Amino acid sequence: MDKRTNQEWLDDLRGQDQAQAIEDLRRTLKKGLLYALSSWINNDLEAQVEDFVQDAILRILDKLDSFRGESHFTTWAQKVAVRVAFTEMRRKRWKDISIEDLLPEDSGDFTPLALSDPSPDPEKRATQASLLKMIEDIMREDLSERQRTALLAIMHGGMPLEEVARRMDTNRNALYKLLHDARKQMRNRLIERGFSTDEVLAVFENG
Amino acid sequence: MKLSTATVRKMINSVKSTRDQELTCDQCHDELDRFIEMKISGKKASEAMPLVQEHLDRCQDCREEYEVLLEALKALSK
Ligand SMILES: [Zn+2]
Repeated sequence: MDKRTNQEWLDDLRGQDQAQAIEDLRRTLKKGLLYALSSWINNDLEAQVEDFVQDAILRILDKLDSFRGESHFTTWAQKVAVRVAFTEMRRKRWKDISIEDLLPEDSGDFTPLALSDPSPDPEKRATQASLLKMIEDIMREDLSERQRTALLAIMHGGMPLEEVARRMDTNRNALYKLLHDARKQMRNRLIERGFSTDEVLAVFENG
Repeated sequence: MKLSTATVRKMINSVKSTRDQELTCDQCHDELDRFIEMKISGKKASEAMPLVQEHLDRCQDCREEYEVLLEALKALSK
């Protein structure tokens, strides 16, 4: 187990004992990922984890200066390894899927929204339709096309932010900001129109 | 295009939980090792670092990474 202090890890990874330190780090990261990813990866777990760890070590060596010492070094390193693993897993899982596949009717103009499972109660169904129309209007008038596309790809298509970002030629952090702005817009417009989110939620509660 | 009521609720819930100040994914990632060590040691991480908790509640990418990191660290402490 890890007997080095944070400073010793940094010194060893930068100094003459680098080879041994990398080997110890490799073993630690591998143990953690093998355990944690066993329910995520069905085939070739060990080989895939080896690849993740290899990439993670390069990343960690590259980012050593950014370690702020606010946790154990191995916690920080494991965090980097998990990010590396997920980036690769998501890329693989979504590689053949485009945003257009997820939003087939949304290529070009923003098409009207409808419910796939409206309430059986006619009165409630009518309320749902009119609120959905309002949401659609807000999305059309107050969100950019990028905001709408990203929002629907994530919420409707279930695509990870990271993969949406890759397809929209941006990065996950910038996409998060874009979506944060979109959510704020929608919140403010709903309030302006006199609706609380709880009221709207209640209307879309079926059953 | 057709949306399920579940998707509409998900969208509205995300609007409901929107704050003026939120951590971005990078900011959350920066704080995550400290947050998770507090969690593991039984301290009230969510109270000490509420913005991290809120980001994890609303961002599926970061939440998945957090959950897997927690598992990985459990394996190491065994
Ligand atoms: Zn995030």
